[in-house]
Amino acid sequence: MTNLVEIRDLKVEAKTDSGRIVEIIKGVSFDVAEGEIVALIGESGSGKTTVALTLMGHARPGCRISGGSVRVAGKDMVQLSEKARARVRGTEVSYVPQSAAAAFNPAATIMEQVIEITRIHDLMPAAEAKARAIELFRALSLPEPDTIGNRYPHQVSGGQLQRLSAAMALIGDPKIVIFDEPTTALDVTTQIEVLRAFKAVMRRGGIAGVYVSHDLAVVAQIADRIVVLKGGEVQEAGSTEQILSDAKHPYTRELLAAFEPKARGAAPVVSQVRPILEIENIVAGYGTIQSNGLPLICAVRSVSLTVEKGRNLGIIGESGCGKSTLARTIAGILPTCGGRVIFDGQELAPSASKRTHEQLREMQIVFQYADTALNPAKSIEDIIARPLSFYHGMYGAARDKRITALLDMVQLPASVRNRRPAELSGGQKQRVNFARALAADPKLILCDEITSALDTVVAAAVIELLKELQRELGLSYIFISHDISVVEAICDEIVVMYAGEKVEQVIPSTAGKRPHHPYSQLLFSSVPKLDPHWLDGLERDPELVRAYCQR
Amino acid sequence: MNHRILSLVMSRLLITAITLVIVSFAVFFATMMLPGDTATILLGQAATPEAVAGLRTAMHLDEPAVIRFIRWFGGLLTGDLGTSYANDMPIADLIAGRFINTLKLAGVTALFSVPIALTLGITAAMMRGSLYDRIVTVLTIGVISVPEFMVATSAVLLFAVYLKWLPALSFANEVHSITDLLRVYAMPVVTLTFVVSAQMIRMTRAAVVETLNTPYVEMALLKGASRKRIVLKHALPNALGPIVNAVALSLSYLLGGVIIVETIFNYPGIAKLMVDAVATRDLPLIQSCAMIFCVGYLILITLADILAILSNPRLR
Repeated sequence: MTNLVEIRDLKVEAKTDSGRIVEIIKGVSFDVAEGEIVALIGESGSGKTTVALTLMGHARPGCRISGGSVRVAGKDMVQLSEKARARVRGTEVSYVPQSAAAAFNPAATIMEQVIEITRIHDLMPAAEAKARAIELFRALSLPEPDTIGNRYPHQVSGGQLQRLSAAMALIGDPKIVIFDEPTTALDVTTQIEVLRAFKAVMRRGGIAGVYVSHDLAVVAQIADRIVVLKGGEVQEAGSTEQILSDAKHPYTRELLAAFEPKARGAAPVVSQVRPILEIENIVAGYGTIQSNGLPLICAVRSVSLTVEKGRNLGIIGESGCGKSTLARTIAGILPTCGGRVIFDGQELAPSASKRTHEQLREMQIVFQYADTALNPAKSIEDIIARPLSFYHGMYGAARDKRITALLDMVQLPASVRNRRPAELSGGQKQRVNFARALAADPKLILCDEITSALDTVVAAAVIELLKELQRELGLSYIFISHDISVVEAICDEIVVMYAGEKVEQVIPSTAGKRPHHPYSQLLFSSVPKLDPHWLDGLERDPELVRAYCQR
Repeated sequence: MNHRILSLVMSRLLITAITLVIVSFAVFFATMMLPGDTATILLGQAATPEAVAGLRTAMHLDEPAVIRFIRWFGGLLTGDLGTSYANDMPIADLIAGRFINTLKLAGVTALFSVPIALTLGITAAMMRGSLYDRIVTVLTIGVISVPEFMVATSAVLLFAVYLKWLPALSFANEVHSITDLLRVYAMPVVTLTFVVSAQMIRMTRAAVVETLNTPYVEMALLKGASRKRIVLKHALPNALGPIVNAVALSLSYLLGGVIIVETIFNYPGIAKLMVDAVATRDLPLIQSCAMIFCVGYLILITLADILAILSNPRLR
């Protein structure tokens, strides 16, 4: 018995809604040594979380471990009874969930939940457990470690909750901790602090870990070994250095390639530089208008920017900085409270309902979640046909021809025409979503986090498509994202937003210009690099971190 | 934070008060629309027009409806429910005894149905998809679909006519011992329990199933918590709001919806009184009974909402 965890030929079955049984994990084997952190990496649906959960003998409802063995510290979790598994959970293997915000019970205090493991397994008296929890809070560099436990989950930030969930996992002194995408829901600036805290605690305790993620750069910082999963099978496994520098499997290479900094490429040649969209001192927000003329919650405070014809503007910032609100305001979905929107030389009415048909047609918006933006009851054909009839009055054969052409433009096979959105993959749905905007023949497309719900490889393909369409159709994009690498790949200029304000306008770093504003510097330096030593070598000004990472 | 709870509770109470005024308005004018002139009915066909006109003046029936409404509503607020047309007794006296009877029946039914419904709902949710869950679901849907007069009549046929175990009529005033109590209440309580439990079981099950699907319940499972602990500590506290609301809705039925059961068993409750009042066109009595049903319903719903506000940790 040399390895802490030995997984051999693990198979998991899932029952689909129609009652069919599908094998989602098809014979996975790997080991985790004492004190070693192994990363499971792969796209969504690759089965990485399913595999990680089998370490606790758990399969999500509808799934069943159908074969193989998962030995954790000598015990086969597959064979154990549910009672025996419960004894292992929390004491030998523990779990850090993807979304700590959802994994904390809203009706109980944080401390109660952090020390619950010691209570369930009768590990130590409550007072001792509390003292230990406070120690862990301190080790995870949480603010006010002595009193933070008395709060309720909704009273602390997402980054803090994620660290608190790590304390919850570590309280029972486990031999191995499962991290299930623990930083995916966090902003990059917060992610660094959380990753650092995790790494320090795990190293100090010599605790082994299984780190589930889709982000190679994050994994590179924390894992000793990487196991690449796709379609429920192990594609490749090796040490972190080996995978990063000398990947053998084509899929791993594809993952790595998606990370390479892609230059914007030569900006399209524009004969005369003419602004297509100018925004002057826009103010927008939610709630009733106060006596000072501002809305109750002000999401965008006096932002001005210009988009030139045929060029792309990126807007980045952490969640809640007002970037999506800005897009909704430009599109007229949320009328402005102040400021002007000038499109192609004409000032637009604040509300979309007051804009002309032509003005609406020339500016289209594409939303983040294709799942919710596409009507699930309509076929793809109907979805794309709607703007064709609405804006161009097209019917019959002409419309049919145009639908085929649009599908071809977004590189979808004509066979998807009669399908419904639910029958398409995430990337395909986003293409349909985009084709619908293209159908209007717009001059400007507002892209609101359109790649955020997609896997790295798929997102890279969508970005490629966007660039190609721009070359062909002379479009302009406003590209909103929290992911700097995506924005850098497609935009000529980047606006950095923080707390509703435009902080700075920069030219992507590949062009050689560095950001000046301290927040932009912090943001740009927080993007994880593939280099495994990046996190340890990263130095951040504690003053800056304190000023901009309250959340 | 407590300030926020207080203001929320106060605003909820204000809404209740406003609703009460609107409801009383509706009750008053709905009963006004009943066909027939009260004075003619009271005096009979043979009355002279002069006598009718005199009575109308005496009863203020010739005043505009709004004035009469204000007079009536003011009386309600000061506890003066008016005088019965049919037998000239103060309505408060007529209702008092009957109301206590209805409350007794409601109380006994609640005592049985709430624990039964919650237990069945929670256990069905815990064993979701099992044979037990399916049996409970089929039975509750079955009970919802069968009308209560069917249940009541079948019960009378079986227990009173064939088996002769229980009396067919329930005279609550003749209770002298525990056995009497059981005999008198058994059939109406069983019938009402059937009617109100089904809804509570369905709602409780749905609320608990929903919380059992949350990530924090999975987290508790992955901490090694037992099933019992998961349900009691993690699922139930978060399902409390919807459950309390379902219970309140069902119990409010025990005040206003018992007309059929009280009539079939001839139980001397307030719903039976109202039915009799309709037969004699005793308007003030009908209005008062309707108001009691509405107020009972309002009180229960308001209580449920306030409980939901208090159980929300985000407001603590």
